[in-house]
Amino acid sequence: MTPAIELINIDKRFGAVHANNNVSIAIAAGTIHGIIGENGAGKSTLMSILFGFYQADKGECRLRGKPEKIKSSTDAIALGIGMVHQHFMLVEPFTVLENIILGAEGGALIGPALDKARAALKHLADEYELDVDPDAIVGELPVGLQQRVEILKALYKGAEVLILDEPTGVLTPAEADHLFRILKQLRDQGKTIILITHKLREIMAITDRVSVMRRGEVVAEFDTSKTNVGELAEAMVGRRVLLRVEKTRAKPGNVVLDVRHLTWRDKKNIARVDDVSFTVRKGEIVGIAGVSGNGQSELLDVITGIAKASSGEVIFKDQPVGIKDSPAELRKRGLAHVPEDRHHRGLISTFTAAESAILGYQSNPALGKGFRLNRDAVVAQSLKQMQEFDVRPADPHLKSAKFSGGNQQKIILAREIGSNPDLLIVGQPTRGVDIGAIEFIHRRLIELRDQGKAILLVSVELDEIRSLSDRILVMFAGRVMGERPPSADERELGLLMAGVGKEAA
Amino acid sequence: MSTRSDLPAWVDIGLIPALNLVIAFIMAGLVVLIIGENPIKALTILLGEPLFSLQGWCNILYYATNFIFTGLCVSVAFHAGLFNIGGEGQAYVAGLGAATPGLILGGALASILPNTLSQPITLLICLVGSFIVGGLWGLFPGYLQAKRGSHIVITTIMLNFIAASLMQYMINRVFRPTGNQAVESRAINDAYIWNLREIGNIFGAKLPSTPLTPVIFIALLAAFAVWYLLWRTKLGYEIRTVGANQEAAIYAGISPPRIIMITMMISGGLAGLLAFHEVLGPQHKLLLEYVQGAGFVGIAVALMGRSHPVGIVLAALLFGLLSEGGTQLSFEIQSISKDLVVVIQGLVVLFMGALEQAFHPLLQKFFRQES
Repeated sequence: MTPAIELINIDKRFGAVHANNNVSIAIAAGTIHGIIGENGAGKSTLMSILFGFYQADKGECRLRGKPEKIKSSTDAIALGIGMVHQHFMLVEPFTVLENIILGAEGGALIGPALDKARAALKHLADEYELDVDPDAIVGELPVGLQQRVEILKALYKGAEVLILDEPTGVLTPAEADHLFRILKQLRDQGKTIILITHKLREIMAITDRVSVMRRGEVVAEFDTSKTNVGELAEAMVGRRVLLRVEKTRAKPGNVVLDVRHLTWRDKKNIARVDDVSFTVRKGEIVGIAGVSGNGQSELLDVITGIAKASSGEVIFKDQPVGIKDSPAELRKRGLAHVPEDRHHRGLISTFTAAESAILGYQSNPALGKGFRLNRDAVVAQSLKQMQEFDVRPADPHLKSAKFSGGNQQKIILAREIGSNPDLLIVGQPTRGVDIGAIEFIHRRLIELRDQGKAILLVSVELDEIRSLSDRILVMFAGRVMGERPPSADERELGLLMAGVGKEAA
Repeated sequence: MSTRSDLPAWVDIGLIPALNLVIAFIMAGLVVLIIGENPIKALTILLGEPLFSLQGWCNILYYATNFIFTGLCVSVAFHAGLFNIGGEGQAYVAGLGAATPGLILGGALASILPNTLSQPITLLICLVGSFIVGGLWGLFPGYLQAKRGSHIVITTIMLNFIAASLMQYMINRVFRPTGNQAVESRAINDAYIWNLREIGNIFGAKLPSTPLTPVIFIALLAAFAVWYLLWRTKLGYEIRTVGANQEAAIYAGISPPRIIMITMMISGGLAGLLAFHEVLGPQHKLLLEYVQGAGFVGIAVALMGRSHPVGIVLAALLFGLLSEGGTQLSFEIQSISKDLVVVIQGLVVLFMGALEQAFHPLLQKFFRQES
């Protein structure tokens, strides 16, 4: 039987990043095929190529045995491919029907299209248990139903192949179960489903076959019935050579940061950080591992004063961090923060490097008396930091945007370490940074630890967490799944990251 | 307004505005043609008359004084990412701050102090008063934006209308002396800004009649102060940070609502200085509609001056030239009204603001090929 979809030797590079390296996958018609892998493994890139968002540098897509050029999502939809994105593509103030006909209005008047969609929707609802009130306003529906609207949208446009990108990330367990029932039903009716996820349980629960991706390659393929969680975790995380970071044993001192039962709820009242407790002591690096989107960013925001905790408390240097403590106040008390998102937070791309190098420290009296900002002092300090951290080019007058990722990160790190903090919070220190800069940044972090500073490190790179941390916490779905020493088995960490706790494994 | 880093600076701040201006002139020329007049002749009058007489130059500087204030008003707000279209209303309401001390306090001070002392003190109080009242009128939409999320473009426009009604009421009911037919306050003689001709008379120099006053120097000082504020103070750094990237500002511990309110206060205050100039200078009384659209010209000035004080001074001079030239034009060619200048201004705003992108890709291509 010809596979529904064949991707043959797909290759895609983004600058220096090899997102897909000669990937080949065949997906049988009428099956649920899982694609699993860590962040940056290339899952989403591969699916974006299939859906026409990106063009592959090399390789071929075949649909039902026929080679096709998919240049846009319109092409993909015409070929019967539908995609449900992680972040929904819905117009919230529109009704369900209006959303469904979006892109298929079929004329100046939308009346006929709406009538047609209403009939089709009833049909789909009967066939697949996909009940949604066609006249409900999408923005007022719960997330699970919004997702159903996305699926209906794809089916209405005649999708035979449905791609779902991390569909359960936003769902409650009950909603996820319902989704799985729907997916199974769709499969039984002959649809082909591709499920992208990093959650091992889901793979085991509903897929027929699974491909494991790592670093842009498909490293393994299994029939789901013939594999187990452990084997998948190992394939996903891999046995890797640790990045070599020379370090001595940590000599932890007093507790600097004490997080107690911290919870943070978003606007929809979902606990994105859920009852998290841990401590960070002087002279140690505590790493938080986890697939991105599991509450790490929110945790950092609460600790650094950008967001306010819903409950629980954060104690920094024996003093509680209160509601009124702004990031500026905490910085004065000795908390430095290298943000996860360099471009949106860490620096201001239109400012010169020297101006970016004082972000957050602009009221430091050393930079000018009273209300004044002494430009010479700012430039001199920036130049000194640039030399110390080997920023290239060491030109404080150059616009921040003109530096490479690694050098931008060095500018930020120099700024934060330069403030001589007691606690350094670092998010994704080496994301999008070249190898040379990675080594340099790692060395600086170890040096800082050895000076007796406390460091809290969040990274989605498990390698990085393992080579730098003295203790590792794994976060999943807002919770700390457990603490492990850096010598812990990769497979064990992989399981924790995928939400499989000790009791279940 | 983002600065564009991918073109040479002189193209960005020189060539693009010049190009936009030329095209605005060509379009205005077409309008003249449609009216049935000779565009070349019109252009000669528009630019020639003011540029080749001392009086012309004095009048250009007079207009420029107002435009510098309103241009700075718009640009300070721009740097915080705010589009303050309320300069007109802020400058109008500030007339209360300019006139009240002059009318009430000036007389009292004059009775206890010699004139040479009481006048400067009263003027200083009027200066501060107009800045504060204009600032408060700017702070109000700033507060609504910062705390309530009401869009500043909408609120500042609406406050322009409220300002007009408020001032009509105030001048008519409060400031107009009983029995006076004209809707205006009594003459403010205790805070009297001399014009160039009056100053010249003291030294026996015969100068042309002009509304130009030494307030032009205060305008230049304000331009310098704005530059200093934005690029040499901590507050200015925070304003620019909020304007460039609010998320980064929050990360840095800067409170965007606080900065938005402070910026709007400063912005409104700068527009308010126009009232100090106009009410106590050329008019010597509080009267209706004295802002005469200068608040809106400020938007064009700020756009053309790329929100930089130096650019604003130059753009203010240009618009001063157009205003003076427009007056001459309507004198000499009866069928062309002074509003032609408003057309040109409108076109400049259109090209600088809305169609700024239009030439950008083309120029980018050109300069990439060259380099």
